[in-house]
Amino acid sequence: MAEIRIDYYPTHEFEGIKFRRGHTLPFGATMVPNGVNFSVYSSAAISCTLVLFERGEAQPYAEIPFPDEFKIGDVYCMTVFDLDYERLEYGYRMDGPFKPEEGYRFDKNVILSDPYAKVLSGRETWRADPNWDDVYPYRSRLAFEDFDWENDHPLETPIEDLTIYEMHVKGFTSHPSSEVKNAGTFSGIRNKIPYFKSLGVNCIELMPIYEFDEWENSRKNPETGELLVNYWGYSTVNFFSPKAGYAATGKFGMQVDELKTLIKELHKNGIEVFLDVVFNHTAEGDHRGHTISFRGIDNKTYYMLTPEGYYFNFSGTGNTLNCNHPVVRNMVLDCLRYWASDYHIDGFRFDLAAILGRAQDGSPLSNPPLLESLAYDPILAKCKLIAEAWDAGGLYQVGSFPAYGRWAEWNGKYRDAVRKFLKGEPGMIGEMSQRIQGSPDMYSSRGPTASINFVACHDGFTLKDMFTYNEKHNEANGEDNNDGANDNNSWNCGVEGETDDVAINFLRHKQIKNALSLLMVSQGVPMILMGDEMGQTQRGNNNTYCQDTEWNWLNWSLLKSNPDLFNFAQQIIRFRKAHPVLRSATHFRHYDYADSGIPDISFHGTQAWRPDWAETSRVLGFMLCGSHAKAGTIRDETIYVAMNMYWEPLNFELPNLADGTNWYVFANTDMANSEDIHAVGEEHLLENQSAFFVGSRSIVILVAK
Amino acid sequence: MKVTESIVDNIAILNVEGSIDSKTAKEFEKAALSAINSQAQVIIDLSKVEFLSSAGLRVLLMIYRQIKAQSGKVVLVGVSEEIQEVMSNTGFINFFSIAETLQVGIKLLK
Repeated sequence: MAEIRIDYYPTHEFEGIKFRRGHTLPFGATMVPNGVNFSVYSSAAISCTLVLFERGEAQPYAEIPFPDEFKIGDVYCMTVFDLDYERLEYGYRMDGPFKPEEGYRFDKNVILSDPYAKVLSGRETWRADPNWDDVYPYRSRLAFEDFDWENDHPLETPIEDLTIYEMHVKGFTSHPSSEVKNAGTFSGIRNKIPYFKSLGVNCIELMPIYEFDEWENSRKNPETGELLVNYWGYSTVNFFSPKAGYAATGKFGMQVDELKTLIKELHKNGIEVFLDVVFNHTAEGDHRGHTISFRGIDNKTYYMLTPEGYYFNFSGTGNTLNCNHPVVRNMVLDCLRYWASDYHIDGFRFDLAAILGRAQDGSPLSNPPLLESLAYDPILAKCKLIAEAWDAGGLYQVGSFPAYGRWAEWNGKYRDAVRKFLKGEPGMIGEMSQRIQGSPDMYSSRGPTASINFVACHDGFTLKDMFTYNEKHNEANGEDNNDGANDNNSWNCGVEGETDDVAINFLRHKQIKNALSLLMVSQGVPMILMGDEMGQTQRGNNNTYCQDTEWNWLNWSLLKSNPDLFNFAQQIIRFRKAHPVLRSATHFRHYDYADSGIPDISFHGTQAWRPDWAETSRVLGFMLCGSHAKAGTIRDETIYVAMNMYWEPLNFELPNLADGTNWYVFANTDMANSEDIHAVGEEHLLENQSAFFVGSRSIVILVAK
Repeated sequence: MKVTESIVDNIAILNVEGSIDSKTAKEFEKAALSAINSQAQVIIDLSKVEFLSSAGLRVLLMIYRQIKAQSGKVVLVGVSEEIQEVMSNTGFINFFSIAETLQVGIKLLK
């Protein structure tokens, strides 16, 4: 067809470069026939210049001021013709007042990244020495948005059917024992898809993959002289660009294709992909930080500022994104829509999400427009939205996060209760009965699917360390062990650190199995931390954000040294999958509505039907009636779980089975290897059907067949 | 970049020399599409290509689409290890058959 649109042709020329008035939307740089459309917003700049570089060159080859007539409202827009899509790097200069006390920090000497850039250059290879003198270190580039998804689309697995695996892109395959090509990259993860299948997880949650700078705050480890970098990446440079250094093809600028290929392949294997997204702050830091983008484009719009023009610091990292400003809110929305539609992302976990519910002056809103917009957005309609429902400014909203019938939460109370229960603290039985039900005390109207259950996550001890250390050991972070949380609720099982003591090591493994068991038999959505299925340790460091080093990468040889842990993890995950009674979308009703003779859930103690709620009790049994699975719509086997966190073995009387079935043992964490757990369908018939001797600090899982 | 074409047993064979990147992609696309014209079977010989950029891979994919619409097949020949690696990491490789030599490529299409 002939190209008959009249706007396919330039109207202006500047130093040989042809251009014309552009389109205001979409923001960012968009490939259009014959050229690229640039659009950028600033409410207070007095002028804007488009800066063009040939890829990798020290100086720009052109700087085109936006003619006044190209500005509509507060948006500068221009279509430039005959640009080389692949070799172009672009940025902006914004001129305007520098009056920090009034919130303005314009500086036309700085070349600024486009907040809507889809690819960023400058950090293409992880930890490659950057050019510290670059006039424009994080350069905006164009992305080809024509990926061939074939038939793929987000999987839309019901959230209660997910088992989430929280992982770090680099750490997952960087260790030499991973034995993959392209270690530490998206491509490396793709090589490990069979591993996810073998473990049984059906959702991976990637720690931040938005472009960040691993060199931010880099320094030497005072003990070893080793370089400390921003390994975790909770410090966004650009919200729309994937981290180039996480792609084997980042150096060719093909990270977009590589990441999409990974997601497509995961989807083919029934595995969903969640992103851990950081919208609470940016990498620009406080008033002493570098100007990269937002600060120089529209400081007052993008950041929450004190009346004196300093940065509110609810994130604990220097600044706070002004996410309930209507313009910033739209940027967050545009960004998530982009990841959902262009990358087929299945769900998002929002770091320090309580900040997203704060007003521009920092006060908590009862009806935060951003959270509401996300909850009702048509493109995000099937995406899982998960909040880390607290922030560093003291707002703790676990159980009360504004949910709009959509939002789930990292259930910090689940984590704390399970840890205390496992270490044998008194007074936990009442709370544990709530936690294993999907925390109806917290989510009465939202249902168990509001609760993302976890015992360990990236932030804190690994499961192994939780039972190896009483105290954090963060000296390697170079902050005199002052960083990281102190309320770990951990227990070293008798000796601080690694030991040859067989009994202690047995107990540690047992506790890991107890934790995995609890996760998998609790209603809600279980999340496992990468490596906990094989006893990964961080040497007692509970805040390894800066440790890009071998001991902090997943050590795959643990599969060989701890085969019992991996086997246990595999079987317990399969058990959850096999039993819909463990994955209810609605809360229990505590009566028999399926005419089975027993209620949907019942609690027990060492005596059947008589739970011991006393302060001194460390014992709880519960039975899930198979006829009530999925609110009585599916028939499952009845399951009984006995938990004894007392330091002595105890005899548990078993509930009678009136329907002619018998109790079979599926798991008993007190047993030595290979007797601790069985494959689904190969459970062992119990000789004594009326009682079970449950070992100290042990969990027993029975099924009725 | 240079493209030469020949037809052997109703198979269009494109010999490419040089780099296929954003500067040459359009030219390559034009030459390739005119060469394959009505042929359903295509071999693209890349043994003299030292660099294949993102834009270059996209042209290959366009050719694949065109040929697929004619129920044909595309075989790539002489793909360097480095290019294969990039194609594999970015998923492009899934759309093509790859043969070490022209003879093997022709066999694949028969």
